[in-house]
Amino acid sequence: MAKNVQFMMGNHAVAEGALYAGCRFYGGYPITPSTEIAERMAERLPQVGGRFIQMEDEIAAMASVIGASLAGAKALTATSGPGFSLKQENLGFASLCEIPVVIVDVMRGGPSTGMPTGPSQSDIMQAKWGTHGDHPIIAVTPASVQEQFNETVRAFNLAEKYRCPVVVLTDAIIGQMMESLVIPEPGELEVIDRIKDPGVPPEEYLPYDMEKDINPMPPFGAGYRWHVTGLHHDETGFPTNDPVLHTKNTVRIIEKINKNYDDIVKVEEFYTDDADILVFAIGVNARSAKAAVLEAREKGIKAGLLRPLTIWPFPDKHLDKIISANNIKGIVVPEMNLGQMTLEVERVAKGRCEVEGLYSLMLDPILPSEILEKIRRFA
Amino acid sequence: MAYDYSRYLRNEKLPHIWCPGCTYGIVLKSFIRAIDGLGWDKNDIVVASGIGCCSRLPGYVDFNTLHTTHGRSIAFATGVKIANPDLKVIALGGDGDMTAIGGNHFIHACRRNIDITVLVFNNNIYGMTGAQYSPTTPKGAWATTAPYGMPENNFDVVNLAIGAGATFVARTTAYHTTHCEKMIKEALQHKGLSVVEIINACPTGFGRKNKFKTPTSMLLWMKDKAVQKAKADRMSSEELADKFVIGVLHKEEKPEFIESYDSTVGLKKGE
Repeated sequence: MAKNVQFMMGNHAVAEGALYAGCRFYGGYPITPSTEIAERMAERLPQVGGRFIQMEDEIAAMASVIGASLAGAKALTATSGPGFSLKQENLGFASLCEIPVVIVDVMRGGPSTGMPTGPSQSDIMQAKWGTHGDHPIIAVTPASVQEQFNETVRAFNLAEKYRCPVVVLTDAIIGQMMESLVIPEPGELEVIDRIKDPGVPPEEYLPYDMEKDINPMPPFGAGYRWHVTGLHHDETGFPTNDPVLHTKNTVRIIEKINKNYDDIVKVEEFYTDDADILVFAIGVNARSAKAAVLEAREKGIKAGLLRPLTIWPFPDKHLDKIISANNIKGIVVPEMNLGQMTLEVERVAKGRCEVEGLYSLMLDPILPSEILEKIRRFA
Repeated sequence: MAYDYSRYLRNEKLPHIWCPGCTYGIVLKSFIRAIDGLGWDKNDIVVASGIGCCSRLPGYVDFNTLHTTHGRSIAFATGVKIANPDLKVIALGGDGDMTAIGGNHFIHACRRNIDITVLVFNNNIYGMTGAQYSPTTPKGAWATTAPYGMPENNFDVVNLAIGAGATFVARTTAYHTTHCEKMIKEALQHKGLSVVEIINACPTGFGRKNKFKTPTSMLLWMKDKAVQKAKADRMSSEELADKFVIGVLHKEEKPEFIESYDSTVGLKKGE
């Protein structure tokens, strides 16, 4: 059978990926450069039996997707930096209450209203630390229109599997560009659904069993009548002031992600086998980085690229392995901000090699030639 | 035989956190009787709240319950209702929760006319944080953040709801327990966005510093100042000057949001 190939915008590919994953609710608020996701969902959801709502603000949009998820729906919201700031309150709620939702942040220049139509990668730390308190987060970083689709499917799978909010951290270039997209046949990509049946009668159901990483999540209306609160809670879901339980639960929800690193963290390794100089890049810059690595190889320089498709949790193990196995001399970290990932790369490198950030706020992808220049300094 | 509330309570979660003299316990009983009177299945009921004293109520009732972030109960409830319109969804919160930090959600839910019942527990003060003024604190009244008297104008919750487009708006008080039950019951039966403002007393935060020496005096104030709508309709504005009207103050039939949405977009059901 002929493949379903379409020429599609990155933002539309996110919407199609969400529908493929089974998303049936979208709550959003217009913001450049993410709005096409809302527009596509407004048109497409009713066609598959789902519903769309444009909420009164970003905070409400985030709240509505959590509510929809509690009622059993897979739910999506999308925004950009200023809206992502507003969503942080309820993103923390979803983290603590372990509600599966997917949030797309199409990064633009900040801070504040910043550069609404210009791309950026300056929300990397906001995605991790934007909401208050210690909490888990998963963030994926697509670099092409095809990955906008595939990684959105994966984001839903991770949200459902680990009962954790998942951020699709993309940018104005990847979101607004058009490329060919192969829409997979149903069943071609894995689609994971949360466990809805606790397998025990309602009186025995513990929504937050502290001895388990992931607890089943029956939708409201299924007969389990559980309590959900943004206060720290015990295994029954009711508020507690016990500092021991507070500690235990906080560690549990973070560790349920960390201990599944191998399942969650996905990277692409490009010429890393024998590389002694590494480029560490995500999203649109990773495309430039690939070109730079190929050019370096032509010049006899053993450069390689480590491209995380999961930036949170940070790909510590992958990076650590390459640094120690390859005796890496230096790592170049191009990013469209003034240095966020670089700090994490330095943390993992622990002084074993030089780490050099390559920063730009010029609202254009960093050029292959600029990355190559940095690579050559280590050669 | 005394009415058995325990069927609707999570008895093991009691006692509640409310202060002696607080009227929320009274309203909780009216709320339970209203639901019982409708014969609804507990599994079908969702109660969402925000942050504040009354927002602890969902923890005590045996339904699907959701204690959200400050002011956001209606926004969460909107997602619940749209994802599963078969659920009976109630959003509740205090005056600060619903008309200050959650004011935007409140007015837009009214405008949409989504089939949710909103209960506003109005005690004219932020109780949980210790008596700061809210949008419903009367002008001149004392609050910890209005030590010289409340300098701001206040909201009339009923007029706010009507102006924003709610299709059922009622007011009642914690003193008028059977009336309160009746208003909540009618609101729950209404198809569309219904609002019930329930006048409550916070003796600890509001009463003590505002010349209400006892919780009882606050209930007696409700008794004295509340006028049933039918009677109020026959009174002059001078006679009503220091009173407030209770009863169903606005009711109209308008298409409900989700029904409108489904027919407008031609929702393909059963997918």
